[in-house]
Amino acid sequence: MPRTIEIVVNSVRHSIDPEPDRTLLSVLRDELDLTGTKYGCGEGQCGACTVMIDGLAVRSCQTRAAAAAGRRITTIEGLEQHGRLHPLQEAFLEAGALQCGYCTPGMIVSGAALLARNPNPSESEIMQAMQGNVCRCGTYPRIIAAVKLAAQKRKRSVA
Amino acid sequence: MSLNKPTLEPERYELREGPAYNFSFDRRGFFKALGGGIVVVSFISKARGQESGGGRGRGGRNIPQEIAAWLHIHRNGAVTVYTGKVEVGQNARTSLTQAVAEELGAPLGSIELVMGDTERTPYDMGTFGSMTTPQMVPQLRKAAAAARAMLPDGPWESINFAEVAKNGTLVKGVTGAGKPKQAVDWKVMGTSVPKVHGREMVTGKHRYTSDVKLPEMLYGRVLRPEKFDSTLVSLDSSAAKNIAGVTVVHDGEFAGVAATTPHAAAAAVGALKAEWKSQPQTSSKTLFSDLLQPAEGDRRQANETGSIEKGLAEAAHKLESTYTVAYIAHAPLEPRAAVAEWIGDKLTVWTGTQRPFGVQSELAQAFHIPEQNIRVFMPDTGSGYGGKHTGEAAIEAARLAKAAGKPVKLVWTREEEFTWAYFRPAGVIRVRSGVDKNGRVTAWEFHNYNSGTSGINTLYDIPNRKIGFHASKYPLRQGSYRGLAATANHFAREVHMDELATAAGVEPLEFRLRNLKDERFKAVLRAAADRFEWGKRKAEAGTGFGIAGGFEKGSYVAACAEIRCESGKPPRVVRMVESFECGAVVNPDHLKNQVEGSIVQGLGGALFEAVDFEDGKILNPRFSKYRVPRFHDTPEIDVVLVDRKDLPSAGAGETPIVTVAPAIANAIFAATGERLRSLPLMGTSPTRPAASGAAI
Repeated sequence: MPRTIEIVVNSVRHSIDPEPDRTLLSVLRDELDLTGTKYGCGEGQCGACTVMIDGLAVRSCQTRAAAAAGRRITTIEGLEQHGRLHPLQEAFLEAGALQCGYCTPGMIVSGAALLARNPNPSESEIMQAMQGNVCRCGTYPRIIAAVKLAAQKRKRSVA
Repeated sequence: MSLNKPTLEPERYELREGPAYNFSFDRRGFFKALGGGIVVVSFISKARGQESGGGRGRGGRNIPQEIAAWLHIHRNGAVTVYTGKVEVGQNARTSLTQAVAEELGAPLGSIELVMGDTERTPYDMGTFGSMTTPQMVPQLRKAAAAARAMLPDGPWESINFAEVAKNGTLVKGVTGAGKPKQAVDWKVMGTSVPKVHGREMVTGKHRYTSDVKLPEMLYGRVLRPEKFDSTLVSLDSSAAKNIAGVTVVHDGEFAGVAATTPHAAAAAVGALKAEWKSQPQTSSKTLFSDLLQPAEGDRRQANETGSIEKGLAEAAHKLESTYTVAYIAHAPLEPRAAVAEWIGDKLTVWTGTQRPFGVQSELAQAFHIPEQNIRVFMPDTGSGYGGKHTGEAAIEAARLAKAAGKPVKLVWTREEEFTWAYFRPAGVIRVRSGVDKNGRVTAWEFHNYNSGTSGINTLYDIPNRKIGFHASKYPLRQGSYRGLAATANHFAREVHMDELATAAGVEPLEFRLRNLKDERFKAVLRAAADRFEWGKRKAEAGTGFGIAGGFEKGSYVAACAEIRCESGKPPRVVRMVESFECGAVVNPDHLKNQVEGSIVQGLGGALFEAVDFEDGKILNPRFSKYRVPRFHDTPEIDVVLVDRKDLPSAGAGETPIVTVAPAIANAIFAATGERLRSLPLMGTSPTRPAASGAAI
């Protein structure tokens, strides 16, 4: 009988079976049905599976579920609060920073993690933080614009 | 009554009590299920039917062959539009919604599109070839305009729809051109309407195929051979079968598993012991000489206009160059995926495909069941770029589901996507040409081996031309890719035009304009050059400017590239200006997004993407080995839209990619004096040096 572990996803506590080698990505998608987090490569190269663990952007396909025990996990589904979009989600829509949208959750989570630790990132800081996220549709310039726009929105909402 | 006549009078379909003819969806009581309201069916002529509503290979099917699309206005005013086109990120869902809103006068929010569902939408050959805008947009506008004519005047909100359709479902058929609004009168089309369903995508709520979950659904994996063209000699599945909840399928060359978790499926497929047999196969090292071997039956023919020999005799400078283009992969971020469910002998498949009806046919053939028993549904998908025309994942998932007796989801791994999909064809292009002392091209001979015919013809005004495509024996599975061969052909043509300009001693933009009569082509060249400040800005040491132009699929494009070369580092694209003209612009922001995306995607194929293979194996089937453009590769991008409201709208998802590579190659020449004729320009593999010419 395997012991279970507890993980906290988007402020909700879940009891999960920590099979050895089981990835956090699989737990989120296949067990908790949080399918906003995507599979793209399985080797931490594309960023589609990005989630926040204790506020830091991590690749959930490279994270064992057991390693997430007791940590605070935020997925794309957790960014919207009481029907209000996260400023970066709003900014993605305003900047039209998506085409097929498949990379978008990973991009937004990476960008949100960046904004949380650096509220006013420069263009090169944005590119540095998001270099590991791939958009095959090629919307990179718009994504950079969206992150900048979200930084301005946050500034305005604080001011 | 036959519905196959190309000329149908609209009045014939103005019926008060439902349609008199036998739609297959009528047979299923579809119109009744709509709960009344107004239905307008848009018909197209037979000639157009090949693309949308067409009947190739539709034997035994009972859907009238000329239906392009139809729309339904519910008794409460909600509008549902049914089209077989699909959404893969090109924002067709938005542009088609705009088209309906424009003609109907309905708010965008009241219109919902049902797309790519073989059960509910009319037959459509597929979403490719930049056809949605020139073909489906007019069809929907026509239907919407006809629907509007059935409604009382006044604002949408004031209409009592229940009253209009008080005697049941009001049905009308429309054919012919109709009278859609002129582009100058557009109010909704021509504006930057935001992406429909964008909110679902930024919140992670949109369900792609790979996100679909059904009760009792299992997870599939397919056993792949180590090499292409392998035969399964034997399979020992005893260990896999011992894993709890695992179903193993071995059917001819197909072997796969279904299990209760993805983890168990991976373990089970890993536990299959297979013996494969295969023959030695070629490698990318000999690719370009291999591609010069003719395919069986290819006679190496070319079309000649005027006389090449005469043109060469008149030339002051003669040139001969060979260009090569490597195989590249689409690498859509959502790999191929399918969820299949059998209920009795009826099959439902969710899958990401650009051809839902094509996949339906593939499934019918694979399982020997009628197409009517198969429903293929395509949720808006994680991109395609021409790479999702086929139904492998659908067939595999359906085969596993049939054996397991439960629904099965199959998501290809990245490695499978890089290996078992198909590639953009590699090619060799040989050009022979001559230019006179006035800088006029006198002779143009152009032979494309294997990569294809799209964009093969030149728009330059050259009296003596000989142009041919030659089919070759090719080593990898190859197929459509955004822009098809137009990228290879524009690369060779526009680099060669630069070589001729250099030989003639004429500035590259002036050289192109001097050899052109086509005013639309000239206009995009000038638009890109003006924005770039071509001829006004001087390139600093180590930088170079390049220009290229082209035409394909009804639209014109020109690009200017700025390159920076620092010693010891690969050349870097620092700025791209691209002008694009596709008639009347439907959605300026989404069009800009497509052009920007084409530039970024085009950079990969131009600079570093190449599929490396050897003896039936792909050597770089991962993002860690196959480099795709990332944030740091992205130059400053400036898009100039040339909006021609006097011209019909053409598609825009493909053509903006074709000038990226030649503009960059020409800029590298300007910066370094080195003429690169091989894509990718930085070499075909990280372990191999870049070749300055094609090594054949």
